[in-house]
Amino acid sequence: MKILQYLINGISIGSVYAIIALGYTMVYGIAKMLNFAHGDVIMVGAYVSFCVTNYLGMPVIVSILASVVVCTVLGITIEALAYKPLRGTPSLAVLITAIGVSYFLQNAAQLIWSSSPKNFTSIVTFDPIHLADGRIVITGEVIITILASVVIMAGLTWFTSSTRIGKAMRAVSEDRDAAQLMGINVNSTISTTFAIGSALAAIAGVLLCSTVPTLQPTTGSMPGIRAFTAAVFGGIGSIPGAMLGGILLGIIETFSKAYLSHQFSDAIVFSVLIIILLVKPAGLLGKQVQEKV
Amino acid sequence: MKKLLTKKSTRMNLLTYLLVTVAFIVMQTLASNDMLKSSTKGFLIPVCSYIVLAVSLNLLVGVCGELSLGHAGFMGIGTFAGIITAALLADVIPNGTVRLAAAMIVGGVIAGIMGFLIGIPVLRLRGDYLAIVTLAFGEILKNVISNLYVGMDSGGLHMTLSSGGLKLAEGGVMIVSGPRGATGVTKLSTFAAGFVLILFTLFVVQNLINSKEGRAIRAVRDNRIAAESVGINVTAFRMKAFVVSAVLAGMAGALFGLNYSSITASKFNFNTSINILVFVVLGGMGNILGSVISATVLYILPEAMRGLKDYRMIIYAVVLILVMLFTWSPKMTAFSARIKEKITGLFRKGEVSHE
Amino acid sequence: MKKLFSLLLVAAMCIMMFAGCGTKAPAETTAAPVETTAAPAETTAAPAETTAAPDETTAAPAAAGTIKIGMSGPLTGGASAYGIAVKTGMEIAVEEINALGGVQIEFMSQDDQADPTMAVDAYNALKDWGMQIFAGNVTSGAANAVAPETVADGFFNLTPSASAESIALAGSNVFQMCFTDPNQGAAAAEQVSSNNMGTSVGVIYDSSDDYSTGLYNGFMKRATELGIQVVCEMSFTSDNKSDLSTQVTKCQEMGADLVFLPIYYTEAAQILTIANKMGYAPKFFGCDGMDGILGVEGFNTELAEGLLLMTPFDATSSDPAVASFVAKFQDRMNGLIPNQFAADGYDVIYAIYDAITAAGLTGNESTEDITAAMIAQFGSMTVNGLTGASMTWDANGMISKTPAIVVVENGAYVPMA
Repeated sequence: MKILQYLINGISIGSVYAIIALGYTMVYGIAKMLNFAHGDVIMVGAYVSFCVTNYLGMPVIVSILASVVVCTVLGITIEALAYKPLRGTPSLAVLITAIGVSYFLQNAAQLIWSSSPKNFTSIVTFDPIHLADGRIVITGEVIITILASVVIMAGLTWFTSSTRIGKAMRAVSEDRDAAQLMGINVNSTISTTFAIGSALAAIAGVLLCSTVPTLQPTTGSMPGIRAFTAAVFGGIGSIPGAMLGGILLGIIETFSKAYLSHQFSDAIVFSVLIIILLVKPAGLLGKQVQEKV
Repeated sequence: MKKLLTKKSTRMNLLTYLLVTVAFIVMQTLASNDMLKSSTKGFLIPVCSYIVLAVSLNLLVGVCGELSLGHAGFMGIGTFAGIITAALLADVIPNGTVRLAAAMIVGGVIAGIMGFLIGIPVLRLRGDYLAIVTLAFGEILKNVISNLYVGMDSGGLHMTLSSGGLKLAEGGVMIVSGPRGATGVTKLSTFAAGFVLILFTLFVVQNLINSKEGRAIRAVRDNRIAAESVGINVTAFRMKAFVVSAVLAGMAGALFGLNYSSITASKFNFNTSINILVFVVLGGMGNILGSVISATVLYILPEAMRGLKDYRMIIYAVVLILVMLFTWSPKMTAFSARIKEKITGLFRKGEVSHE
Repeated sequence: MKKLFSLLLVAAMCIMMFAGCGTKAPAETTAAPVETTAAPAETTAAPAETTAAPDETTAAPAAAGTIKIGMSGPLTGGASAYGIAVKTGMEIAVEEINALGGVQIEFMSQDDQADPTMAVDAYNALKDWGMQIFAGNVTSGAANAVAPETVADGFFNLTPSASAESIALAGSNVFQMCFTDPNQGAAAAEQVSSNNMGTSVGVIYDSSDDYSTGLYNGFMKRATELGIQVVCEMSFTSDNKSDLSTQVTKCQEMGADLVFLPIYYTEAAQILTIANKMGYAPKFFGCDGMDGILGVEGFNTELAEGLLLMTPFDATSSDPAVASFVAKFQDRMNGLIPNQFAADGYDVIYAIYDAITAAGLTGNESTEDITAAMIAQFGSMTVNGLTGASMTWDANGMISKTPAIVVVENGAYVPMA
């Protein structure tokens, strides 16, 4: 019976990974860069939401909106100042800048909010659902997170396939030069991608900290790496892949802790990842690109 | 000879050796006359280790074009293998330098073997997928080492992965104890050993780059399919570079580990891998001298900024971003090219008027 | 080439900063008290003191000299909450002591990010500053690397919170202000047994942390001897601690009615919140690292109701010394309630100060003499501090003080009945 509870736990943390991974995958797919500062934008989003709720006494929805706005502005600013000047250089150069931005955000957060942990007040207020005489508990956070991840995935899929900007994004992702020749403004398309990615990060931050209440300047970094792993797992650049990768990673992590070895769960998770990548080198749902001579 | 010197790569190689040697002689003289501050003396050996790590990663990232995010993993293998070797040989080889050399060789060999084993499956992957697998490998390794208990007693070496620890006979000593890492390590590393290791690394890496195979490796980076079509065995070259890189990282790890009384597995995490990568990218991909300088500068920079107190790390982050923008941004590149042209233009004029 | 150029630029910057440090060394040491004491009158007096000490005696009754004390802890990074707490506690003590007018303390803190290798760099920076007494590392990993260095250099080393038993054993000049892990773990097992806290015990610990693993091993060893039934052992690592629900669910599945949490309050607050959501309400029992949980901002202290913990420090105590310390700490830290880390830091400075005054040190002695005098004092003296009354040290440098077992009631610690 408890196996179902573990499954729910796994899906719960997995959908948080999925939302973060969606942000990674969007940016990677279109701007072709690994934005290692994504996890730290998540952390900023959670802090903003925390401050708006706890210091200003605003309702939850306002705090989420505030956090989305702040993160979007932050994302656009970071992109404009730190990434845009490096457009067209090897992706490694941008990767290192992203790492610099990540250090910067963590240390700035420490100076602003101090490093003492804060306990995030969950945005979900309704009571958990108890099934099977209370042996299985589905918390409100689980329901909201799963719903949110599905809605975001569907929304992104629709956005990239049906809207004008979305199509431009796909064009840029496919072939940047050709897209430019077709009259697409590559720079603004990439900036839009960052704005969307950062808005997603804000939502991910709020949901991450609702599921896992500890909030510190380093809160975003480990889930960020996990989610990056999840994005690669599912096939980086693929939106449904990020979703699938996130949830599978959460389930594998939970089950290895519960049934295999709690001490070696990190090793187990990453071993599974390596094995999957060896079998499917482009990830679960990634496109296998045939290289042409 | 003249023809040799005019070749740009040879000139750069010689310049690298020269700079490293001069730096070593200056620092060694200062150190032996007790003219260095404790903190400066303290980072002589770590800087040597990081130079070797950066140069070896440069072989992989800069020369072969493979992104590895798990270099600290190989460093960690070298560290712990080296520490265990040094502890085992404590009674057999009383001479510290010989023991250090043995530890570095064992550390390098074991890291190389691991590199080979991991390389077989992993090198089938490319680009970012290779990056994530090396990252995963580093995490696995860290997780295993932080649960590793190694002890030594009259019965020899004992190892376990259980947190209950080891049952050692009377007089036994723990070498590595789980999350506490290695404690009570006899510090064997010397600056001279670090210098020799750097020279060895430079020799190996530069020879590899400039050899026939090395030129092939660079061809692989520039265009794998084209290289394959002219009959270059791509996988074999990548494997060779991967293993050489792992061996050197393992040796640097042993040197690094034996410089401290205690070291934990958590040191060899993603952040350390990233730091080494930062050294490589900032120094210039494929630029060996650049790696040497950037590893030195970037290791010293946060230490030099200790006076900034709470703002130290945030300023380090800003400096990192600015330096990246300055060195890589196309606008900046164009700008510095114009400046350079003007300066060289001035010189030319000067030369002409002389004649 | 342009890359080389910019690197050289940074190198030049580094060298400039080094040169700056080197030449400005005397200026820096006089400037240091400005930051630590923050008493305006002190700053002008400090430089004068060294040159015109005899004249000054009339103004400040016992201008007995200045002693430089350094500490190193995580001031940035994931563990910085603990390091900053210790540092602030120490700064409060330094300020109080300097206001007394006797021996003055110059204090410097350095960041080691809880990393053993960076801790050695931090320690070297303190040596260059002219440190005379080392007020320790905050974390065990860092202390394990630095303690042998202090032994080799002959600095007196009193660590506030690095609790691995290997630290004090590094040498005769290394002392600890906190309990050692195996002892505290064993004491916890004894408490569980003698107070009949529970029949089936679950344990959740951090397998990547030396402190937590040390407590866990000490607890398990004694628990086996005492016949305590441990039904569930779960761990997490610093990499996967963002999700602890599986560990809680496992304890619930195994029917643990007491969950022993030898972990820090940061993760404990998370576990209590999750358990509450899951409708799982065993007794929770923590160690000294649990202290601080009531001060976590945004934490619903109702969730901690009934939480048992062994703590040397109680911020809600009505003791005037504690109340004054809490007020000063909150003043500096934006209302944050101090935890045992901060109190340990405060006690470390006072214990050192007590030893300095008892030995009549002025700071003009050689490091060797200071260390010898300090070791002699710590071998015989008894200290009353915020973290315990009549604290003494054994020959190994380990502390003897009695932990209080408290239970949280209405957001305050109450001695367990």
